Amino acid sequence: MSVGYQVTSDHQLARLLQIGIVLEEVVEARAYHHHEELGEDALDEEVRALLSHAAEESADHRERLEAVIDRLEVDSVPFEEIEALVEAQYGQTKPEDFDGVLYDQLCNEETAYKFYDDVIEAIEASDAQFSIDREELVATLSAIREEEAEGVEEVTRIMEDRE
Amino acid sequence: MMNTADQYVKAIYLLQEMENGPAATGALADMMEVSPASANEMIGKLESRGLAEHEKYKGVTLTDEGIVRARDALQTYCIIERFLSNVLDVEEFRAEARDLEPVIDGMIAERLDTIIDRNSECPDCFDPETDACEYLDVCGAEPETETEVAD
Repeated sequence: MSVGYQVTSDHQLARLLQIGIVLEEVVEARAYHHHEELGEDALDEEVRALLSHAAEESADHRERLEAVIDRLEVDSVPFEEIEALVEAQYGQTKPEDFDGVLYDQLCNEETAYKFYDDVIEAIEASDAQFSIDREELVATLSAIREEEAEGVEEVTRIMEDRE
Repeated sequence: MMNTADQYVKAIYLLQEMENGPAATGALADMMEVSPASANEMIGKLESRGLAEHEKYKGVTLTDEGIVRARDALQTYCIIERFLSNVLDVEEFRAEARDLEPVIDGMIAERLDTIIDRNSECPDCFDPETDACEYLDVCGAEPETETEVAD
């Protein structure tokens, strides 16, 4: 019998959300750098819109996750340092081709979806009391997960149209 | 989510490395912090999935497929440890990595991997005695420091 993973404390929950924030940072940085490196000419309007929407959405998700962490009883985490680290890493990435950009975006959205899905499952499997209301927590994460699912559909649609 | 079978194959892999032979059921149960009966039950499942072979009085050995699974799981674990230690400055990175391991899928670990500097030998650089990558403190910020393993 496999025992499902459970989130049992504010600390664990905060750590998972912190990982979520890093994943969102990575998405944002990748989208931004793809845009920068390939330049306006190489990308058409649809893909430019996709990348800027992805970057905005990730920033928004990050803020929502930070707001949850702020309400948990845990020590604050150094977001600025993480941001600088991700930025430094992606400052060195080489330009990718056009298919690479869409494929990467798809991978980003799918990974994020899977992450939120697993975290929600782990929260629902636990009967721990968190400092934040559980229903509200699950609602917040489900809303983010839903946006990731929409993102997957959107990228898939663009990829299919271009085949 | 990572399933329990992956955690078992990883433990068997590490025990085989340490013992240079089959992993004893008792040692496996200790490592997984479960009863020998639970360990036995899981070994049966791993056998039926073709991931391991069990020989009476000797212990359990991974099949080639089991080894592939174990190395993937170990790599994910290394990524989580390194990420916690180097990126988030978590002191208790071993304990937290064990906590997080079941919920961090390989796909998510791959994303985290893009912002850590992992050694190309990974996961061969994982030291089961210290439950961490032997380069963990050396990679990343201070490449010149020698790590000393406390007994």
